[in-house]
Amino acid sequence: MSGLLIEGSTGTWEVVIGLEVHAQVTSNAKLFSGASAEYGAEPNSQVSLVDAAMPGMLPVINKVCVDQAIKTGLGLNAVINRTSVFARKNYFYADLPQGYQISQYEKPIVGEGVVLVDLPDGSTKEVGIERLHLEQDAGKSLHDQHPTRSYIDLNRSGVALMEIVSRPDLRSGDEAAAYLTKLRAILRYLGTCDGNMEEGSMRCDANVSVRKAGDPLGTRCEIKNVNSIRFVKQAIEYEARRQVELIEEGGTINQETRLFDSRQGVTRSMRSKEHAHDYRYFPDPDLLPLVLTEERIETIRQSLPELPDAKKQRFMEAYGLSAYDAGVLVAEQETSGFYEQVVTASGDAKLAANWVITELFGQLNAAGKSIGDSPVSAEALGKMIGLIKDGTISGRIAKDVFAEMVASGKDAEIIIEEKGLRQVSDTGAIEKVIDDVIAANQDKVAEYKSGKDKLFGFFVGQVMKASQGKANPGMVNDLLKAKLG
Amino acid sequence: MTSLTGLTMAAALDGLAKKEFSSAELTAAYVKAMEQARHLNAYVTETPDQALAMAQASDARRAKGEAGAMDGVPLGVKDLYCTKGVLTTAGSHILDGFTPTYESTVTQKLWDAGAVMLGKTNLDEFAMGSANITSYYGKVESPWRKAGDNRPLVPGGSSGGSAAAVAAHAAIAATGTDTGGSIRQPAAYTGIVGLKPTYGRCSRWGIIAYASSLDQAGPMTRDVTDAAIMMGVMAGFDAKDSTSVDIAVPDYRAALEGSVKGLRVGIPKEYRVEGMPAEIEQQWQQGIEWLKAAGMEPVEVSLPHTQHALATYYIIAPAEASSNLARYDGVRYGLRVEGDSLDKLYENSRAAGFGAEVKLRVLIGTYVLSAGYYDAYYLKAQKIRTLIAEDFRKAYEQCDVILTPTSPSAAFAIGEKMDDPVAMYMQDVFTVPANLAGIPGLAVPAGLSADGLPLGLQVLGKAFDEETVLKVGRVIEKAAAFSARPSFLAGE
Repeated sequence: MSGLLIEGSTGTWEVVIGLEVHAQVTSNAKLFSGASAEYGAEPNSQVSLVDAAMPGMLPVINKVCVDQAIKTGLGLNAVINRTSVFARKNYFYADLPQGYQISQYEKPIVGEGVVLVDLPDGSTKEVGIERLHLEQDAGKSLHDQHPTRSYIDLNRSGVALMEIVSRPDLRSGDEAAAYLTKLRAILRYLGTCDGNMEEGSMRCDANVSVRKAGDPLGTRCEIKNVNSIRFVKQAIEYEARRQVELIEEGGTINQETRLFDSRQGVTRSMRSKEHAHDYRYFPDPDLLPLVLTEERIETIRQSLPELPDAKKQRFMEAYGLSAYDAGVLVAEQETSGFYEQVVTASGDAKLAANWVITELFGQLNAAGKSIGDSPVSAEALGKMIGLIKDGTISGRIAKDVFAEMVASGKDAEIIIEEKGLRQVSDTGAIEKVIDDVIAANQDKVAEYKSGKDKLFGFFVGQVMKASQGKANPGMVNDLLKAKLG
Repeated sequence: MTSLTGLTMAAALDGLAKKEFSSAELTAAYVKAMEQARHLNAYVTETPDQALAMAQASDARRAKGEAGAMDGVPLGVKDLYCTKGVLTTAGSHILDGFTPTYESTVTQKLWDAGAVMLGKTNLDEFAMGSANITSYYGKVESPWRKAGDNRPLVPGGSSGGSAAAVAAHAAIAATGTDTGGSIRQPAAYTGIVGLKPTYGRCSRWGIIAYASSLDQAGPMTRDVTDAAIMMGVMAGFDAKDSTSVDIAVPDYRAALEGSVKGLRVGIPKEYRVEGMPAEIEQQWQQGIEWLKAAGMEPVEVSLPHTQHALATYYIIAPAEASSNLARYDGVRYGLRVEGDSLDKLYENSRAAGFGAEVKLRVLIGTYVLSAGYYDAYYLKAQKIRTLIAEDFRKAYEQCDVILTPTSPSAAFAIGEKMDDPVAMYMQDVFTVPANLAGIPGLAVPAGLSADGLPLGLQVLGKAFDEETVLKVGRVIEKAAAFSARPSFLAGE
């Protein structure tokens, strides 16, 4: 149970959250024009006549964007609507050249679906998807370039977005964060959105309301355009408490749009100089209804990659991993791929999981790097694990070897040779060290023999120390037991 | 010999082919005719230099044996078509100084076929009107006068400048656009031929939108043969217009040669509207007789939802227009009237930039799409539109074409019907259903009213069957032998 319950003065409150995610479709061109959709170009350098709404211009649907939406719908286990309709959402704004946004209203391309969300306590929760529709992005208004004028950059105007609307199934900021994390992973696996929230290619609106358990839904407020998963969680937690306090003080919640101020950690009502909008949706007469054939959907279905849930299941079954370890490894497609290469190179799935999750992630986090920039290749890590398995080095020495691999980029075998770290598994050599330790610690031997079993660890430590950690720990155990009787 | 400007397009092409005259000579004659006809205000922009340069290029092509289907033919272009490097106004103040960097698909096809642009013809503002009195660039006058009455008459609208130019011989032919009758009604008023093709037959790309689901480009010509020639050039699929249809373009001129014997002509009983002048009714009857004489079989058909067509049109067209015209906001091109906030900039620019008729339709359109009214108006209108299309589909099970009057009256004087928008809208009562159903319609001059003004007949056809429509139109043309000329003719 990860729901957030707020203890108010009048009782316990439950938080109800639904999220609307705007995910920028990964595509070369915009939704209805041939202009490039790439991020970060010079302002107004990627604007076609259609994007600037020149007179007489007409939209033509980009088939790639449609395929990406279908793919995403399939990845969300959702209904793909065979017929969908583009509609115009009419409103005036300087960064909306047409005076309307082409979106989908009554008939979206994707209907109901479901996402399996992994919660922090290890449990999972099904979150319903209400719909996914395609729409154009607006341009960007720059208000800070001139004291009295606003500048408009239309590069983003017309870029394809998928609006993915969840059901109000979420009950806490943590659940919302877990849902977004999972959704982002699915989109990235599918290659339909890069999930980059900093560049705005994934943005989130959160609808938040509170109610007493069992009551009907309360009035919701919409927190617009939150641009990180952490902020979504913070915004929800703040907003829920604000609503509870307001209601308990005798106030009422107005359905309104709010913005999250990440510096102060609060939500604020958007200045409502903007009039109550009537968007006057109607089917766009420049576009025919979008009709999808079964073949098209099937072809895309065949091209779907293995998605996180299926991969997690496979990792648990094929590699004997725990749900937690499998979950960590499949969170990013690149990590899971790296892991599987380590498994192949090492021949030991469990050791591979431990090394990737504990040692490699530790190093990467410390250096602030992602798996793509790993200083140690999957192949090299796998080989090193192989050397543990075949007894060439001990697990403990391996940590030193790995640290050296990270630092120097050298292969494990070379480091082992150079530093003479090869494990000693020669019975005679180990026996000699044991004999020396026993000879030097006669008093301890006597105590051990009189029943102080705990001292066994002391002898092991002394032997390992004397061998500079290179003695094969298993053999040390066996030989010590024999010698000490 | 007839003067050069007296030739039809077919005759001019013939003369050019036989080297009887050059396109430069033909075009020079039209440049002069255009000047002589200036009092009609048929052109917003004259492009004589461009015309002569295009004519010379045409002559050079012809000398090399590379002449296209309309090579050397001087045309007027309705100022709703975007023309690269040439001011394009839509008859509106709000497009002040707007010079496109692109050429509409249809005009590009015409230039590719060798045609010559004389200039941009006047029109009702954003093609909204039936009399060509709403243009920011002034009213257009018809070259016709009533017998014994010298008051200037309207040329019809919205393609009134194109109609007046063609009728007055200030262009061999012109392009028009037809949203509710804007090609056919002015053609009927000025005694010329106008064809509204099937929706999707011609590309809308680069034509300034009025009502996207109804707008269609088409030719306005001296006779049916010219319409067939020009239609063959204007038609065709365009990947840049999602509503254009990928069907091969037939040889329309060749289709004129075919027989109409045995074809059935539908006479819709619902088109006998109350208060229709007797002379319109008589003209219609005459048309039926002509087609019978040519071996066609008249059948009565029913188009039961006709009475709702005009109301339906005046919901759907303004709805689409209210959204299509949102882009004229003073921000990126055209007229800008500054204000101290973005909203003020919009208000000032649009208040100054749009005329009264455009404002009226934007308001109607905004209203019918508003929350609470959408279902009662827009959605209901869409349902009726479907029923009207269904009416035609059923009627065409019994007939091949349908014959109706083009307009319920002949042209009226400028200033008449001004105070009653609905009386004005009534001029489109016979033409609007074809737009709602997406089917082709041809206006052919058939006779004169008692006042000596042209009266037209309209041939409606099945979707993408312009061939039969033109063929039947040619039969009417031959039988009518319409030879009356307006009181003003340039170049005479």
